[in-house]
Amino acid sequence: MADIARDMDISSPGRSESYELRLKRRNATERRFRMYGVIAITLAISALAVLLITIVSKGSSAFTQAHILAEVFFDPAEIDPDGTGDMKVIAKGNYALLAKRSLYDLFPEVEGRRDKRALTRIMSSGTDLQLRDMVLDDPSLIGTTQPVWLLASDDVDMLWKGHISRDVPESDRPISDQQVAWLDQLAEQGQVDRFFSTRFFSSGDSREPELAGIWGAVVGSFWTMMVCLLLTVPVGVMSAIYLEEFAPKNRWTDLVEVNINNLAAVPSIVFGLLGLAVFLNFFGFPRSAPLVGGMVLALMTLPTIIIAGRAAIKAVPPSIREAALGVGASKMQVVLHHVLPLAMPGMMTGTIIGMAQALGETAPLLMIGMVAFIVDIPGGPLDAATALPVQIYIWADSPERAFVEKTSAAIMILLGFLITMNAVAVFLRKRFERRW
Amino acid sequence: MTIKTCAMAGLAVFALATAAEARDQIRIVGSSTVFPFSTTVAEQFGKTSDFKTPVVESTGSGGGLKLFCSGLGVEHPDMTNASRRIKESEVELCAKNGVADITEVKVGFDGIVVANSKEAEQSEITLRHLFLALAKDVPANEDGSELMPNPYENWSDIDPSLPNKAIEVLGPPPTSGTRDAFAELALEGGCKTFEGIKAMKKEDKKKYKAVCHAIREDGAYVEAGENDVLIVQKLVANPAAYGVFGFSFLDQSADKVQGSKIGGIEPTFEAISDGSYPVSRSLYFYVKDAHVGVIPGMVEFIDEFTSESAWGPDGYLADKGLIPLPDDDRGTVRDQALNLAPLMM
Repeated sequence: MADIARDMDISSPGRSESYELRLKRRNATERRFRMYGVIAITLAISALAVLLITIVSKGSSAFTQAHILAEVFFDPAEIDPDGTGDMKVIAKGNYALLAKRSLYDLFPEVEGRRDKRALTRIMSSGTDLQLRDMVLDDPSLIGTTQPVWLLASDDVDMLWKGHISRDVPESDRPISDQQVAWLDQLAEQGQVDRFFSTRFFSSGDSREPELAGIWGAVVGSFWTMMVCLLLTVPVGVMSAIYLEEFAPKNRWTDLVEVNINNLAAVPSIVFGLLGLAVFLNFFGFPRSAPLVGGMVLALMTLPTIIIAGRAAIKAVPPSIREAALGVGASKMQVVLHHVLPLAMPGMMTGTIIGMAQALGETAPLLMIGMVAFIVDIPGGPLDAATALPVQIYIWADSPERAFVEKTSAAIMILLGFLITMNAVAVFLRKRFERRW
Repeated sequence: MTIKTCAMAGLAVFALATAAEARDQIRIVGSSTVFPFSTTVAEQFGKTSDFKTPVVESTGSGGGLKLFCSGLGVEHPDMTNASRRIKESEVELCAKNGVADITEVKVGFDGIVVANSKEAEQSEITLRHLFLALAKDVPANEDGSELMPNPYENWSDIDPSLPNKAIEVLGPPPTSGTRDAFAELALEGGCKTFEGIKAMKKEDKKKYKAVCHAIREDGAYVEAGENDVLIVQKLVANPAAYGVFGFSFLDQSADKVQGSKIGGIEPTFEAISDGSYPVSRSLYFYVKDAHVGVIPGMVEFIDEFTSESAWGPDGYLADKGLIPLPDDDRGTVRDQALNLAPLMM
């Protein structure tokens, strides 16, 4: 003992020089190693921060929209000339003309077709729908004159938000000096303002950025996720239970296990191709339907859910099973009464994370026609629909300047959904998880 | 219990799927270049008519024609957009699958521009310069009968009048119709100015095409993806680079980028419209005649697309960057389209 202590210099107060050197080097290595970790974390956090800051700074302005205040005369001659009061007739009225006239009234000095055209360009081409909806809501407006905040065109909106500069030459911007002068005149009288845009949350896609909204994509994503959930949960849970509790351990179950693990790593586009070949071409399901989208995404998320489910079942201590068997429960009773309730929080977490992954997926939807321009809000899983990430992709590819901020705003909404889902998963785990 | 309910609900959804056979919505696929125009018309059509808004998918010209030609019936699209004309082989594929009657509608033109940042000077180049700058193999001698791998690094290596800057061009990948059209119109246009290569066309058409359409792969041409918005952003960040994209993107970003003059002609609405700008192509859509009357609203959709308020010089498609057909042609094309005149190759 004493020999060893002497050899290792532990007992001696004056440690050898080489020992000090080694110790120093070891400590330095340790410090460096920790530093690498700190650097890695800093890099990751700053990348995330840059991403979030760019998205929020670009996208936050999309939640407001420029409007122009004008006095609109709801001329009965243009809406309902015969005074029928029939909603069908009223819906067909010439509202575009009413909107145009209200602008002409603001600038009576504007003459000639070209100038008048330039003037009407400052308002959105969707103002006719805006007025029509007002009248359909309240037919007593017909024959009256009302102050209305008309939706401005996307170029005016961009100018007001500073995304189009006034300083560049006239030929380089989509809005002319004359139009800017008109707008400035209106702004002086307080007739141009930005409001919170409810339209962004309530309407479907549009080619006009000021009319485009996210709701169609949200509903499409909702139906897709519903189908996906209804398919994956029963199939995933049953597979996990069977494989973990009932399946004999032999070459076949090993093969199945290896395949499930492999499937979890298959690129998602492959599932899209499978969906195209099987669901569309063989079974003849409709293109662009959330039903097919959900089925394809279900195939994609199933491995994740099965693997998470098996891990959750494995975590239930065998003593619980044995005790239940010992008091005479059948195998099925053991599973349904004891194992499954205890494994449920883990399974739910896996499911939610799988769903969040599916929510952000575009590639498989590309093959089955869900990457499309769809204006109507889908009413069910069989109507043509897009999904949130697809909407982001389509907007990012559009030439109009105003779609840049819409893209970022849509990303913010998608991130919001993902963060919520992950937070629910964390909450479930914290709340219901049992440790033994 | 819950599992049982879920499974039943799943089955119910399946049962519903088979019930929904009929379709009351026009389905359009095809070119991403025509997509902005087709969708604008679709939206307008949905707003102003009693029909549902058509669903438009952007699949690329080739992908669209493949889907379009895959057969008759509600599961196949009714129309397809194309930024090039339908090929002989595609007509045959269509016929093989029972799609015998097709109507072609030429909707307008699209210019392809070579643009750079406004911070740099506007360039003036020719098709020949473009070919020499971007081709994989370039002529080693005066008339182009012998070839060598592209040695040019700077624009001034090609022609002393060009700026002394490295060649760096951002453009679409091979899957893009814009790339095909750029290769065909710009590169081939410059390529055949060499007598030796032009002579090759008669002897060996395949080799001619390979020489004229192949783009260099040594990094001077950067495949920037299908997203033209991204190319514009990259050009702003790098004033030394040039980008290749459709005219509508130049039109929307005129404060950031400028189009180079090609052969002395600036890419403007007017120059593309009258055909003097050399790199412009026609845009089309194709209609499956057998679906007219089965899918509601098809003729009305064609009517909307070919109305003066849509595709005319003052129409809403011009605002989106579509360059209209000459005045005389529009009437004829419209009449033929509305009468579903059969395709003439």
